[in-house]
Amino acid sequence: MARIPDEGMVEKRGIGHYFTHVGLIIGVLVIFFPIWLAFVASTVTQSDIISPPMPLWPGDQFLTNYSKALTSGINAPVALMLMNSLIMAMGIALGKILISLLSAFAIVYFKFPGRRLFFWLIFLTLMLPVEVRIVPTYEVVAGFGMLNSYSGLIFPLIASATATFLFRQFFMTVPDELAEAARVDGARPMRFFWDILLPMSRTNIAALFVILFIYGWNQYLWPLLITTDPSMNTIVMGIKQMFPSGDDYADWPVIMATSILAMLPPVIVVVSMQRLFIRGLVDSEK
Amino acid sequence: MEKRVTFKGWLLPMCLLMPQIIITAVFFFYPAGQAIYQSLFIPDPFGLSMRWVGLGNFEYLLGDPYYRASFVTTAVFSLLVTVTSMGFALYLAVLADRLIKGSGVYRTLLIWPYAVAPAVAGVLWLFMFNTRVGVVSWYLGLLGYDWNHVLNEAEAMGLVVVASSWGRVSYNFLFFLAGLQAIPKSVIEAAAIDGARFWTRFRTIVFPLLSPTTFFLLVVNIVYAFFETFGVIHTITSGGPQQATTILVYKVFSDGFVSQDLGSSAAQSVILLVIVGALTIVQFKFIERRVHY
Repeated sequence: MARIPDEGMVEKRGIGHYFTHVGLIIGVLVIFFPIWLAFVASTVTQSDIISPPMPLWPGDQFLTNYSKALTSGINAPVALMLMNSLIMAMGIALGKILISLLSAFAIVYFKFPGRRLFFWLIFLTLMLPVEVRIVPTYEVVAGFGMLNSYSGLIFPLIASATATFLFRQFFMTVPDELAEAARVDGARPMRFFWDILLPMSRTNIAALFVILFIYGWNQYLWPLLITTDPSMNTIVMGIKQMFPSGDDYADWPVIMATSILAMLPPVIVVVSMQRLFIRGLVDSEK
Repeated sequence: MEKRVTFKGWLLPMCLLMPQIIITAVFFFYPAGQAIYQSLFIPDPFGLSMRWVGLGNFEYLLGDPYYRASFVTTAVFSLLVTVTSMGFALYLAVLADRLIKGSGVYRTLLIWPYAVAPAVAGVLWLFMFNTRVGVVSWYLGLLGYDWNHVLNEAEAMGLVVVASSWGRVSYNFLFFLAGLQAIPKSVIEAAAIDGARFWTRFRTIVFPLLSPTTFFLLVVNIVYAFFETFGVIHTITSGGPQQATTILVYKVFSDGFVSQDLGSSAAQSVILLVIVGALTIVQFKFIERRVHY
């Protein structure tokens, strides 16, 4: 059977179609201009920038600027800050996924006294972003001696229920017959968890990982408070520390190279795992 | 909603819950409790003792012209961020929805800013509008406009609004596009057959059908503007000039960590807590309705 084109009569052909593309391309250019400018600034010399207007096309200082940023930076080598960010983002994403999988499994698949109470205690945390309780949380972390440490960077940001909520929703949709069959076969609960539930949750875990990795990587306020030692700075908070406090010119080429390096890992994750990313985004807002 | 089939025992589920319960108790409930507790006291200047003041901190805050100004600043800021980012995103989504092929390419290009941290976005925009080296401010100077967000309050506000909205366009675009694509084409075609032009169709059919998405985004964007834009403000203006861009979250930080006024900072945290609570309830109410719909 011949396929009937489903664009119907609403879709504009010719001139209208052309305007749609023009409108979108203008939008994309507006969105990309700041990134393009940062990239250009990271490939020219300082003197190109401080005598405005700066060029709008890349120069030949790419290697110089990036290797200077990575190996020496301004307060700390950017390579080190990248590693700190990677450890923090992975720690937050994997830590949150792990504890949430376990607690969602307990809440959905067991009946035990106090279950409802725990359920509500966990879900209360949905309400309160870390920004709101910074002073007392800082005191707790300082009390444990966790300032300037990875655990201090990671643990306070794991204390939230979004992921638990998500896995609970997903486990509720898993057919009862699977647990039934496992029970009839005499399988222990943890066996059911490892052999059936976990493999079934693969896509959800991956989608959530993408969202949590970006969330962790892009943290700013918390690392700003608890990493006073430059060698523990994460890259996103470290950029602001690269600006001079006085009237001197900032080292723009190095700062812009660092900005590009700071956005590269999350951009690669989002663009290359677009499908999972969109799924994670929609899931975590449901 | 409950599972029919469950496993027996209570020791195992308790062990499974423990990691989350411990982390939540130590890093969430204890600090949140501390915030409420500290909000009722004023520490003495040497930090040796605390003086009970009841609701004194709150009374003081609500009478403090700076705090009230910060409330107004936050309201103006969130409103502008929400309208700017949603407006631009809707414009792009409506255009992308008109394409039969190729909307995927634009989508891939437009989701980039989502991955850029607010603090990094702040640095990018600061660079463009820097008073000494910024490209945009230089060209504005050529046109005879003297841009200086370091001194001019309205320009400072404009810059933090644009920088905060920029990263948010991606998110809003994705949800608007999904919302538009869920509208049955037959409804729109029926209107087109009746002779309704694009703008009429949009106003009378598309926009009303899109309202669940719009309302959802409205709440989510306000929450974003309230709590996640700290990085933008800290990198671009540090709350200045003259506190013109000191939003509530920034004030908790500057009063608590810069001026070490713990009682006031804790009271501000509690007020924010109430605001988040209210926004969350609105969001949940709405989501419930969407599920029933």
